[in-house]
Amino acid sequence: MPHEQHEHAHDHSHAPIQADERQGYYQRLADATRNLLIEKGVFTAGDMRAIIEKIDGRSPALGARIVARAWTDPPFRKRLLARGKQTMLEEMDIDPVVADIVVVENTPDVHNVVVCTLCSCYPVFILGRPPDWYKSYAYRSRVVRNPRGVLQDFGTTIDPAREVRVHDSTADMRYLVIPMRPDGTDGWPEDKLAELVTRDTMVGTAEVSIAN
Amino acid sequence: MTEARFQVGDPVLVTSRYPTGRRHIRTPFYIRGKIGKIERICGAFKNPEDLAFGKYETIRIPLYRVRFDQVEVWNDYAGNPDDTIEVEIFEHWLEPAEGSATDAP
Repeated sequence: MPHEQHEHAHDHSHAPIQADERQGYYQRLADATRNLLIEKGVFTAGDMRAIIEKIDGRSPALGARIVARAWTDPPFRKRLLARGKQTMLEEMDIDPVVADIVVVENTPDVHNVVVCTLCSCYPVFILGRPPDWYKSYAYRSRVVRNPRGVLQDFGTTIDPAREVRVHDSTADMRYLVIPMRPDGTDGWPEDKLAELVTRDTMVGTAEVSIAN
Repeated sequence: MTEARFQVGDPVLVTSRYPTGRRHIRTPFYIRGKIGKIERICGAFKNPEDLAFGKYETIRIPLYRVRFDQVEVWNDYAGNPDDTIEVEIFEHWLEPAEGSATDAP
């Protein structure tokens, strides 16, 4: 019978701290693979910790800075749309790490939304880790087939006259949506504009609003 | 870079192949057998069907973004008939579609 409470060298008692569920098959496979790679000297535990810390250090704030710059600097926007990764790297010192970023822009005629139907490809180095819904079967299977319905579920109504363009991130490209700049923001400085740009607006499941 | 067989604007057909067994194919089922147009050439990348099984010396294959009309992809598509979907597809999954420039003798 497990002990419910125990005493040790500090001044309070508490339930024993233990894992409350057995690791699943894939978690154990991943752990075993990691241990083997470390044992074979492919990388060190410190290397792995460092890359996780680097990924966790990225956030949608990086993408928001890129969008705000694109809103205020038309020649930059043009270069960004033509050569995403190269432009971020050379002009903003932001390294998206992946092969390339396809940058697409929302206009009064077109609304873009991004998905990875095969797994959960996402530009983590400019947006941080993806939200759980992005990885869910529901989002991945439905947004390609009924994008307007899914957007509606997110509270985003796209005018029936606008084209909805879905991007399925199936291979080596990653995507960034430049949302439409909201009315009433003329003359705003870049950093103030960047505060309006949220994660979901750069995936295409929401539009930017001043009310946010 | 490996020479790209298709150019921007070319109509292409996604091959209707359904290989079985242990595979790592980046062409979704829903787009196989559909006709779209090349939106852009993304460059050439190592074949994920080999990479997934440890064959790192594999050749690089041109990768395209192909644009499809949603009404062509889904029989019951209910949105605006102008709605589109774009998918990254490797060249060995594409064939020239009717009217393609690459069809010319």
